[in-house]
Amino acid sequence: MLAGAVVIWVAVIGLSVFATKIRPGAYGEKAGLRLIVWGGCVFPVVVLTALLVWGLQMMPVLRAEANGPTIAVSAERFWWRVAYDVDGEPGVAKSLPEGGVPSANEIWLPAGLRSEFLIGSPDVIHSLWIPSIAGKMDAIPGRVNRLVVEPTKPGVYNGVCAEFCGDAHAQMALRVVVVSPEEYEAYVARQSQPASVGADDEGFRRFTENGCDACHTVRGTAATGKVGPDLTHLASRRTIAAGTLPMSPENLATFVGFTHRVKPGVQMPSYGMLSEDEIAAIAGWLETLK
Amino acid sequence: MSDATIDQGATRWAGKSDTEKAQADLNFGNVPPASERDQDDPEVRAGQEARLRHVWAEPKGWRYWSAVNNTEVGLWYTATSFAFMLFAGVLGLMMRVQLSAPDNDFLTASFYNQVYTLHGTVMMFLFAVPIFEAVAIILLPQMLGARDLPFPRLSAFGYWCFLIGGVFVCGSIFFGAAPEGGWFMYPPLTTQERFSPGYGADIWLLGLSFIEVASIAAAVELIVGTLKCRPPGMRLNLMPLYAWYVLVVAGMILFAFPPLIAGDILFELERLFNWPFFDPERGGDPMLWQHLFWIFGHPEVYIVFLPAIALLAMIIPTFARRPIVGYSFIVLAAVGTGFLSFGLWVHHMFATGLPAISLGFFSAASEAVAIPTAVQIFVFLATLLAGRVIYSVPMLFVSGALAIFVIGGLTGVMVALAPFDWQAHDTYFVVAHLHYVLLGGMLFPVVAGIYYYWPMMGGRRLSDKLGKIAFWLMFIGFNTAFLPMHWSGLIGMPRRVWTYPADIGLELPNLISSIGAFVFAAGFVTVVWDVLRPRKGEPYAERNTWNAGTLEWLAEVPDEAWGVRSVPIVSSRYPLWQQKNFIADVDMGRFYMPDAEEGKRETMVTSVLDAEPLQCLRVPGPTFMTFWAAVFLGAVFILATFHLWTLTLMTAVFAVAAILVWLWRGTALQPEKDEKDVGLGLKLPLYKSGPQSVGWWAMFITMTGDATAFVSLVFGYFFYFTVSPVFPPPMMAGEEIGPGLTWPLISLGLFAASWLAAIFARNTNSKGAVGTARLLMGAGVALSLAASAAMLWGPYVTGLIPTVHVYPATVWVLAIWAACHGAVGALMLAYCLARSLAGRMTPTHDIDIVNVALYWHFTAGTAFVTVATIALFPLAV
Repeated sequence: MLAGAVVIWVAVIGLSVFATKIRPGAYGEKAGLRLIVWGGCVFPVVVLTALLVWGLQMMPVLRAEANGPTIAVSAERFWWRVAYDVDGEPGVAKSLPEGGVPSANEIWLPAGLRSEFLIGSPDVIHSLWIPSIAGKMDAIPGRVNRLVVEPTKPGVYNGVCAEFCGDAHAQMALRVVVVSPEEYEAYVARQSQPASVGADDEGFRRFTENGCDACHTVRGTAATGKVGPDLTHLASRRTIAAGTLPMSPENLATFVGFTHRVKPGVQMPSYGMLSEDEIAAIAGWLETLK
Repeated sequence: MSDATIDQGATRWAGKSDTEKAQADLNFGNVPPASERDQDDPEVRAGQEARLRHVWAEPKGWRYWSAVNNTEVGLWYTATSFAFMLFAGVLGLMMRVQLSAPDNDFLTASFYNQVYTLHGTVMMFLFAVPIFEAVAIILLPQMLGARDLPFPRLSAFGYWCFLIGGVFVCGSIFFGAAPEGGWFMYPPLTTQERFSPGYGADIWLLGLSFIEVASIAAAVELIVGTLKCRPPGMRLNLMPLYAWYVLVVAGMILFAFPPLIAGDILFELERLFNWPFFDPERGGDPMLWQHLFWIFGHPEVYIVFLPAIALLAMIIPTFARRPIVGYSFIVLAAVGTGFLSFGLWVHHMFATGLPAISLGFFSAASEAVAIPTAVQIFVFLATLLAGRVIYSVPMLFVSGALAIFVIGGLTGVMVALAPFDWQAHDTYFVVAHLHYVLLGGMLFPVVAGIYYYWPMMGGRRLSDKLGKIAFWLMFIGFNTAFLPMHWSGLIGMPRRVWTYPADIGLELPNLISSIGAFVFAAGFVTVVWDVLRPRKGEPYAERNTWNAGTLEWLAEVPDEAWGVRSVPIVSSRYPLWQQKNFIADVDMGRFYMPDAEEGKRETMVTSVLDAEPLQCLRVPGPTFMTFWAAVFLGAVFILATFHLWTLTLMTAVFAVAAILVWLWRGTALQPEKDEKDVGLGLKLPLYKSGPQSVGWWAMFITMTGDATAFVSLVFGYFFYFTVSPVFPPPMMAGEEIGPGLTWPLISLGLFAASWLAAIFARNTNSKGAVGTARLLMGAGVALSLAASAAMLWGPYVTGLIPTVHVYPATVWVLAIWAACHGAVGALMLAYCLARSLAGRMTPTHDIDIVNVALYWHFTAGTAFVTVATIALFPLAV
């Protein structure tokens, strides 16, 4: 397509240079009319018809039935709520199906299988885009959209939100990890497990004392907030704050203490009023949630 | 042109006492009929010129701002839109500074969002569309050999609305209160207080709605101007191409802006009163906004692009030294583009999960529009091929425009394919595409137009040297800025991001883009400097400096306010080339209307198809009333933004009063005699009503736009019907469904009665039964007020609460729309009654009631469709 475009551009510009500089006035009105008919009518009709047929043929392939897992992706300001292996009716439903194995901001996919995303949003319009794997699909409140993807090459890919959704739109990213179907199964099984947390853990105590559990779930503990991302296996993810920072204890502490400096517009309040020790304790404990 | 004429041109600036003295010498009212004058007598001509000059002179001192001449208003309009363009350009540069490096903190996220929202909004609504109207207001009458547009005061009103609305929208950023939801304003991000607190979105909606009203006013003016104010003999197929494009584009505005206005109404009702049109939790759907926005938004692209192509269509023949090759091809292509552009809107929504069948259809339609576009480009190439091209600065910009636009067109063909678009959509690839289309298809041609037409406007040519420097800076800067964006988009940079992370390959292309943007800006500043630099000592350019063939080049240097010395008979497409002795005949006043015998501003009205003379139209002169009408109407929108309801209502009353005074004093004026001699033995009536008059056409065209907005609201109702499982929802359908049958049907009966009253009032008045007519008008006022009340009573008495669910909200919005039209209809009938009582409307001078009856045809239709939709349709499903 690019080569064709370059050829057409060179031909048109070449023609205009030819007409104005090289052979001015050499042709009459008849030649001009012939140029309009052939260049302006016949040529684009032929080329565009061919292009359209070729383009539209791709569409059914890109929207084939899935034979892999069904994954619900809820785009929320400004992160991705993920649930593996959900059952749901796409297209008809007004909201995403409940249940499945919860996670956030990182999606694992089996290579070679056609996985199906069910995409929705509880707040504003977002758009899920993983450039190397598939085109965009909007997440629209009140609708559930379906996107079938077939990644072939294992690896880690970047995804972003492609529809403007507010202040932190630029920092609403995600990682997509493509692995073999077996590794995928193992991963989802691990994610379905509760966290192993000692009740007397210092970091966990600070976590609940400061109200983090009002928004975050850590399965296997009393923290069951549903507003923000599920943190049960937070430390197993590659990034913090929807692709904003690489996962590390220092970055966890930075994000908890300087939330709005790291990601302006994010819903979570900054916990800069906590002492460094408290933040370090929380970050240290979060680091154990593998 | 003789030196004497130049001297006379200079006397325009003479002091007031001289003007008064001149007035006494002008002999208004005692001049012999034009046909009896000897145009070869210099004394006769001098007298005529003095009268014309006096009549068309713009007011002096602070009263200058009450001017309504197309040349003055057009100039203000152009200058203001360029000022807004420079403002938005600075915003663009701020964005490029922010994006020049990863993780930059030159702008905060929130401020960046305001900046990019305003950049797009201002460029589209305050520059790209208004510049078309501004340039058309200047050029169109000149090209048609008309003295002015048919409604000069309407142009002035439109300009003041534009200025007030534009300053309001732009000014918001200095208070950090600018809209930050993007120029496309997708709900629910922008409708719900929790996502977009503050006034930003309201400023966008109300400020721009106000400007859209001005755009539609200008569209009405331009359509009527093109259809009715052509010189005798200029049949449709002899019109300059620019006029064809004006007709097509103004027609597109008429059908494209109303859906957006309908969307704005729904949107603002949700923001101000919590009516849930876009809230899925209460049955609404954010997708309706996207449909309405893009039904407007895609034609908008062609509304921006076609007028610039029209400039090319005027420039290229001049420099190719020959008439355009393929006139009918380019006209058909322009009309075809206009039609097709309304069938493409869904290609902005390929990623919203629509069914494959609609994606296929809209992909095909989007590809198809490339064909008429290609025809237009090849018409230019063919003209260049068949002509002997003279190179000049305007042609340089024309070539640059072609080179850039063709790239934009080719990437457009790519993104029209849904599978490709799923990748490219909402990335910098599209940013690159749209800038290639809009700058290549609009800005470069407009700059070409500035260099081409400046000698006509400013009397002097712009500098060739500066022009070339500006061109190369702009051309190189533009490509440096926007070519790399194709790449950064494809590797994954989404649009509307205030920053991006390092190490994913985006640093270099973004840095290059930022550098290019500044080079481009330097080029544009060069153009601005070339236009504004003082050039007192420089000699005037000669008249028709490029030796062009069309009527606008009749303009004298320095310019005379009268437009044309006499209204010529046209028998060819390029009269200055193809009609012998043409300029001399015009200058000697050998054509029509060489004089202003009675001291009134006059222009000729001709028939729509064949341009046969119909009327000598008196056009109104300077007034401040249009300014006040715009100020009060602007205040209504601005005060409503800040929820100051009492003041809003008060200013609304003032606005209506100002408009009524303006109409009362300035429209449907009764001339002192029935007809006048316009020269060459032709006598034309001074007063016309009905389909031959300009006022009737303006009403008809305005109501077509109004009906389009109404249809968009009805579309909303049926859109909810199709997307909802049950509509009306069961909880709303009790004993009576929706607003019930009784009251809507009563209302419909009353609307029909008011309609008949208006029709019979018109008929009896023209038959001379003035008493009966007055009685009917009075009855019509009462009937239509009752009709409006009954229309609102239906949903009220059945307890429909618009905040609960989208169904009652849509019923209410349709009922209110119909009721408002009933109320305005009542006001119009009352106005006619008052005119009749005041003796300003008589059986022979009946424009008012004829136009009001026409309004009532549309309003009766609106009432019928409203009742059929809200009361009868639920029974049928």
